Order: sequence, then structure tokens, then C-alpha cells
Amino acid sequence: MVKLTINGIDYEVERDKTVLQVCNDIGIDIPTLCHDERLEPYAACRMCLVEIEGAKNLQTSCSTKVREGMVVHTHNDKVMDARRDVLDLLLSNHPIDCLTCEKSGQCKLQDYAYEYGVREGTYVGEMRNKPIDDSNHFYTYDPDKCILCGLCVRVCDELQNTNAIGFEDRGFGTIVATPFDQGLGNSACVSCGNCVSVCPVGALMPKYDTKFRLWETKKVRTTCSYCGVGCQMDLLVKGDKVVGVEPAFDTFNNGLLCVKGKFGYKFINHGDRLKTPLIKKDGEFVEASWDEAYKLIISKIEDTKAKYGADALAGLSSARCTNEENYMFQKFMRAAIGTNNVDHCARL
Amino acid sequence: MEFKFDMEKNKDKVEEFRVFIDENRDRPGVLMPVLQEAQGKFGFLPEPVLELISQDLRIPLADIYGVATFYSQFTFIPKGEHNISVCLGTACYVKGAEKVLAEIEKVLGIKSGGTTPDLKFSITPTRCIGACGLAPVVNIDDDIHGKLKVEDIKGIIDKYR
Amino acid sequence: MMSQEKLREIKENARPLLDERLKVEDKTEVRDGNIVLKGDYYKKQVRIALRNCEIILPESIEEYIALDGYSALGKMLFEMTPEDVVNTMIESNLRGRGGAGFPAGRKWLEAFKYDADQKYIICNADEGDPGAYMDRSILEGDPHSVLEGMAIAGYAIGANQGFIYVRAEYPLAVKRLQAAIKQAKEYGVLGNNIFGTDFSFDIELRLGAGAFVCGEGTALMESIEGKRGMPRVKIHRTAHRGLWQKPTVINNVETLANIPVIFQRGAKWFRGIGTEKSPGTKVFALVGKVKESGLVEVPMGTSLREIVFDIGGGVADGKAAKAVQTGGPSGGCIPVELFDTPVDFESLAKIGSIMGSGGMVVMDETDCMVDIARFFLEFSVDESCGKCVPCREGTKRMLELLEKITGGNGEEEDIARMESLAVTISTGSLCGLGQTAPNPVTSTLHYFRDEYEAHIRDKTCPAGHCQALLEYYITEDCIGCTKCARSCPVSCISGKVKERHVIDTDACIKCGNCMEVCPVGAVILR
Repeated sequence: MVKLTINGIDYEVERDKTVLQVCNDIGIDIPTLCHDERLEPYAACRMCLVEIEGAKNLQTSCSTKVREGMVVHTHNDKVMDARRDVLDLLLSNHPIDCLTCEKSGQCKLQDYAYEYGVREGTYVGEMRNKPIDDSNHFYTYDPDKCILCGLCVRVCDELQNTNAIGFEDRGFGTIVATPFDQGLGNSACVSCGNCVSVCPVGALMPKYDTKFRLWETKKVRTTCSYCGVGCQMDLLVKGDKVVGVEPAFDTFNNGLLCVKGKFGYKFINHGDRLKTPLIKKDGEFVEASWDEAYKLIISKIEDTKAKYGADALAGLSSARCTNEENYMFQKFMRAAIGTNNVDHCARL
Repeated sequence: MEFKFDMEKNKDKVEEFRVFIDENRDRPGVLMPVLQEAQGKFGFLPEPVLELISQDLRIPLADIYGVATFYSQFTFIPKGEHNISVCLGTACYVKGAEKVLAEIEKVLGIKSGGTTPDLKFSITPTRCIGACGLAPVVNIDDDIHGKLKVEDIKGIIDKYR
Repeated sequence: MMSQEKLREIKENARPLLDERLKVEDKTEVRDGNIVLKGDYYKKQVRIALRNCEIILPESIEEYIALDGYSALGKMLFEMTPEDVVNTMIESNLRGRGGAGFPAGRKWLEAFKYDADQKYIICNADEGDPGAYMDRSILEGDPHSVLEGMAIAGYAIGANQGFIYVRAEYPLAVKRLQAAIKQAKEYGVLGNNIFGTDFSFDIELRLGAGAFVCGEGTALMESIEGKRGMPRVKIHRTAHRGLWQKPTVINNVETLANIPVIFQRGAKWFRGIGTEKSPGTKVFALVGKVKESGLVEVPMGTSLREIVFDIGGGVADGKAAKAVQTGGPSGGCIPVELFDTPVDFESLAKIGSIMGSGGMVVMDETDCMVDIARFFLEFSVDESCGKCVPCREGTKRMLELLEKITGGNGEEEDIARMESLAVTISTGSLCGLGQTAPNPVTSTLHYFRDEYEAHIRDKTCPAGHCQALLEYYITEDCIGCTKCARSCPVSCISGKVKERHVIDTDACIKCGNCMEVCPVGAVILR
């Protein structure tokens, strides 16, 4: 354990933690734009700067480990001024179009601008001016809104291991890009959308087909139904419509999803989606009740089994079911039907 | 203007380059030396060559592209037959390097960093080359031209035509 | 295999040949038992790091050995433990010559104490400050002193591999180093089992590719590892986790060149030179508007005046000295009133500059200090790696403010704006490049505020440098030929034939046509 003082109060905390982690634990809110607990500290956005007595300059709390006797100030004038100026610098190279920006309401830059009272970027000068990359089927990339926190690049590298995007050029000219301007749609990108999930601003945005503000939605925790992994995610529901998906962080998938989970939700409210069973009568599918459907299935099974024996029947289950459901299914085929003809789509 | 790179026409060079990669692949941190070799051999970094490096060294193309665009020595357009480096260090600057550069741009009709369409000349602005005693200094290939005056420029360039 | 006896033998054979050559060339003399260069320029200098430069042939290991080269390494392998070597370095208090002045011995101690299967020594030869070429001269003129320094450092901390990261802009230095490494291996003073002991040390050259920020230690390591040269997060010390996460000591060229001499003559001798807190000498590249530009090595604590006037002969072309810029883009401008300041780490920091790697650019009355600040900011903007916000965005905005001022559009509040921005950049940036980038602005604002004010309030450039603030003016030399009036695209020149013409400065667009066509040079800028 280590003893230190934060904002005049003494604490005893675990060794090997960073100042940021300790502050999170004890409920002191420190702003961050480039930090993600799943990734190596990056210390680029400089929003988490704190003053540590004895150090010449302000220190980034995300990359400073606690030390015995450390005296930390997280919100004094010097720190607040620096954070405000950092926000001013970021906003001076960022379009102030929150009124129409899709990200409004879930944008960290907007939230901090509000918290720190920075109305606009006050430095007048060159601004980034690059075309929007809309070549990916599922999301768009607007370089002008990018604040170069590097989260997308690092998630793509460290967590997704795809390395589709990287930094191009250096200094003020740095941008996140695909090699040789090939565009995301033509790059190594697998559209997992994990970069989109971590983007703190409106630079990487899903191609929504419904306009919504975050405060109009409620989050519904669910299990992704595409495969048996069971990733947890939150559906963003506006009225009775699913308008977006966010990965859950407090579960084993730890903020990650694949292309299906992240972007494959539009079937839910799709007009072609089946909502009741259909039974073919006189060559045409006709809507039926579940009771009717079950009865028909049972009678067909019984008929077939009586006529041709149990081995005339086979069961195929789905990778979208859980292990338990699949277990149940093979048990049903063997014990209730009496055949070993059972298989699974993932084996194909 | 675009400069296309023909892998077929440069087959021998590409083969030599692959041998270099093969001989050096076990050196840790080999990407920089490999890119330097490519820049030296082809005069610039052609896109197909970077793809080849990516395959041979199993380094993602995005990472290689990031490195290649970070360092000012690497270029994606070929250098001309004669490379004119204009020193823009402090000593040269205070002795009028800006005017010298402007004159060179005027004489060649290209901007700093560019290459003439006939691939004869390139202009490369350069950080201090440590010949401050001779300021302002321009290097053409390996020749140092020091204590330059604007009116000398045209005559000097003409010697390389 | 090399042995101490054999080294002595080589020395005894090589020395007379060296003496003979030097006698014929007649550019050296013997002072206090040392061979030194002749001439007034060198009289006031004390050359330790440059001791062999321009004296020995850099391609010849024998001549290096003739002047006691590799004797320190040979002796210590038999007579000193690595711990002794580290302690001697600490005692000498040799401080890093790359700019920051961190004691080399303390770096060594950290790496020495840290247990690891592999450690590295890096020689930082990425000399990038505009106007500085000390390291290039050492690498080209005396490469073996750097190799010996690295081997000593390797022995001290327990490293068997060294890297020299050298600028690709220094092709001759690269060639000389390659040759020197090859020779040193052939002679058994580098490579496996040096001097027949079980100490092995190899050195590999790595070339930079044009990125100033790679002079920053962790960016340099990233670059050797084959990545973008972006400085690392300072969560671990490089002496514990440096190159490839292994304990690494990184020393600058000049620092390393000092090391063999310290072990030949002892830490006490070294501390007798220079000042108490900054022992030894420092090499400066004295350039700019000085009469005699060149490399100057003087004891720490020598005053700027002595360097600029006594050694450099003062300002060229009969102009008045105005300032000296030290420390490159991380440093500041020191006005002529402070030329009695002794040059050492603390004194320079106190007056708002830094020692830096040793660039010393002399400025005269025609140099505009606002424009000089703009020049250095432009450099920092170009060379910022782009990782952290204050440096990437802040230096750009600072440059834009300076361009606004030198372009004649400065407003009163711009000065305060720059001052507060300077605080954000210097206290909030990730690495040294960003933290020191505002120094050229803060120091000129401090010492030459009146020049900024003249640009902003009076829209004039007192030094007569900033084009946008100058006016075209026709002197009484005018012969009234009317050429200027006819060539003026906006017809703002009036006057009768054979009478002096006048330019209406409000209407003038400063195209310069009039000046070009005037046959008698009567059109001037003022």
C-alpha cells in the first residue's frame, strides 16, 4: 500500500496503480479522451493532467503511478487552465456543428466543453479539411472531426489485431488513415466496428437509418443472437424501434463486438421480418398461431416416425443457440425422437 | 503529377531488394533499414514495393505506411536525376536561404519538394547540414555550393542540365 | 587478440609516425604536453571532446591509439569492476551534453542496478538543432573516441550491444563510423572477448530518416524498433525499460567522447575544469553573424562575451551584436546586455535559455527577433510528431500568431495570447520537444518585447527584416527617368520627368517592380 494526498485528503491505496485509477476508485472525476483501461496508456490528449507537487510540469494521471508521499491536485487553477486551453485547441480544429452532429449527446468533447465552459475554439487559423470516407458499408469516417486520440488505431491494433488503419504524416498534418488513401471499404478493415465504439467524438459514426439523440433512447441489455459466444450488448431503443447497438463493457466481451453484433441489428425492425409462424396451405404460406404450428410439427414427426422409423428424422441446430440449448436439442433428438441423426450448422 | 511504378520493368532491382530483405529479416527493428534500402534503390517508395515489404516481413501495410509518412526522408514521388537540397538551418536562414530557395523554384518551375516532369531535378528543403560557415548552402547531389548569391543560381543549375 | 602490451606496442610504433606527419603539416603545436591546433582561434579553447579532431587521421585506429586511445578501456577491464566504473562516472559529474544536462553517472547507476538478461547502450547521434554540428565533427574527426566511450559504458552497466543512431544527413560520419567499427573489431577492442577478457561488446549503426523528434530518447528507441518516432509515455525509466523494453543507457556523442579521457586522467582532473556544478568543457558551434565561425570548445563557465568576441572575433561586417541564440528550437535568445553570463547549465536556464546541444547563433542589428522566434516555431511545427494536443495544435497556433504579427496584422492582445499558450504548451506537452518549443517566443518576448510592440502598434519592423512591414521608398538618387512609374501595376508612383518620384505607400502593393527596373538603385525598402 502507498500513502498519498489528493486534493488535501490523505489516502492509502494499492501500489502499482496509476493516479487516474486511484482517482476513479475514490470518486474523483478526471476527464480523459485518449484513455481506455484495455489499452496501454497513451498520454496524448492531456486532459487528465494533474499537478504533482515537486514535478516541474503537469503530469498525465493515466501514465503516472502512485508513489509514497505524493501530493496530487486534480482540479486546481493551474490544472483547470491547462485543460481548458487543451479543449480550446481541440475545438479550434474541430467543426462546431453540434446542432446537426449525430454524436451530440454522446460526445466526450461536447461534454467536457460543457463541463469546462469552453464555448468554442478561440484560436483562428488553419483547420483540417479532408473529405469524408463513406466507402465502408456500415460506418463513415469524417477526418475533420477526429481529435487524434488514437483509440481507433490502437483498438484495431491491440485488441482487434486487424491493423487496417494507422497514422499518416506527422505534426499538425497527422491524420488517421488507410494506406495510400485506399479508403476503409477497400482496406484490410473487417468492419468489426470496434473503432466506432471507442471514438469519443463524431469522427467514426455508424450509418444509422433513424435519427435519434441518445437521451431519447433507453438501453436494453441483451445477448447477441448471432452466435454461441454470447456477447453482451446494449440495444439503443427509441420508442419501439432498435436504432443502434453498443457493446457492453462489464462482461467478458469487454466492449468488443464483431460486425454482426455491432451493425447487424436492422433485421429487428425490418418490414420483411416474420413475426408469426407460416404454414403452407394450397401452395401458399398462411399466417398461423404458435399452437397450430407446434401441433403440425408434432403430427408430422409422429407420422414420419410411425411410417419410416426414427432414423428417417434428423435434427439440425444452430450456432446461434447457447451450449445448453444445443445440449438440450441433441438430448431431445436422441431421447424423445430416438435417433442419433443430429448435427449443427457450425460443423458445415 | 503521378509517377507510376512498373514492377515488371524494375524486375532486377526488385529481386535484389528481396534478397536484401531476406538477408536482414532477423535483425530486430528491420523496417527502417528496409525502407531506407528501398528509398535508395528505387529513388522513392512505390506502393507495390511497400506491399511486398508487408508480405515479406509480415508487418501490416498500415504500420509501414505510417512509418513511411512520418519520416521526411521517405517520399512517394521519385527524386530527379539531380537532387538539390537547400539548407534551411538558422545560419543559412539569416543569410538569405529563403531567397535562394525561391530563385531555384523560379528557375526550375517547380515548388520545393517537387520533381521536374522530365525527372531531371528535385528540390528538397533540408534541415541544417552543418556547413554553417558556408551559409547559405545548397547541395546538388554531393557537391556543396556555399556562400551563394541569388544571381549565381541559374548558372549553377545550368551546369547540371 | 588485443592485449595491453600489444596496445602499448602499437602506440609506440604509431606515435613517431604521427609526430612526423604533424611536423610536416605544421598546423599543430605542443601545449602542456598535449598536441593542439595552432592559431589564435584555438588559444582560448580547451579541447577534450575535440582533442583529436583535425589532429589524427579519422580513418586510422593506429593514430587514435598513438594518442592513448583504447588505453582507458584496456586498463579498466583488468583493474576496475563495473561498479568502480559507475562510481568514477558519478564522481566526475559529467552531465549529458545533448542538452538536458542529466548526470551520465546516475543514468549508468540505474541501469547497472537493474537486473536483466540484455541491456543496451545507445549513442544519440541524431544531432538536429539547426546551427549545430558539434557531434558531426566528432563522428567525422574522431569516431573511435565515441566507440571507446560506448564500450566503457557497456562494461559499466553490463551491456553487450550498442547502437549508434545517426542522422542520415551525415553521410561522411556514417562512412567513418562504419570504417571505425570494422577496424576496432579487427583490432580486438570491440566485438567478442575484448582484450582477451570475457567482456564482449558490439556496435550497430542505425540511420535516422529525417525526424528531429527522434533526438528525444524514447522516440529514438521507437525509431530503432522500426516504428514512427513518437515519444513514449514516461511510465518507466529507460534505464529500466528502454529499447525493446530492456535496460538502456542513451548518451550523446559529445558525452561519450569525453568518457575515455575521464578514465585516462581521473574524475578529479575532470572536475578541476569548468564550474562546480557543470564540470568539464562544452563544444559550441559558433555560427551566424560572427566573424570567425567554427567549433569552439571551452571550459564550462566561460562567458558568452569571451566566446563571441575573444574567440569568434565579434560580429562580421562591422555591425552591432544583438543577441545569441543558444539551444536551437528549445532554447532562447540572449541579449547582448547579458553576454557576461557564464555558460553553464544553471546560468543559461536562469536567463530563459538552455545549454542545448551547443548551437550558438550570433545575431546582429539587422535580425528581427520576432522573425527569429517565428523561424524556430516553424521548425517545431514541422517537427512535432503530432501525438499530444498542446504540441500538435498549440505550436501551430503559436506560429500563426507570430505570422500574423510579422505579416503586419498583429493585435494588442496577441502577446498575452502567446504568453498563456506558451504556459499550456510548456507545462502540458508530452516530451521535451513540446515542453521547450515556446522558449524562443518566451525569451524574445522577455528581452525584446519592444520589437513585438513595434510590429503590432507601429506596424514597423525595427530590424528592417519583415517584408510585409517595409515600405518602398524613392531616395534623392532618383533621376526622374519615369521607368518605375510606368512599371507600377497600380499606378501609385507619381512625379515629373527628370524630377524625384514619390510612392503612395497606401496604394502600393509591394510587388517590387519599381525596385527592379530602377537603373540607379534609388528605390529602397525601409
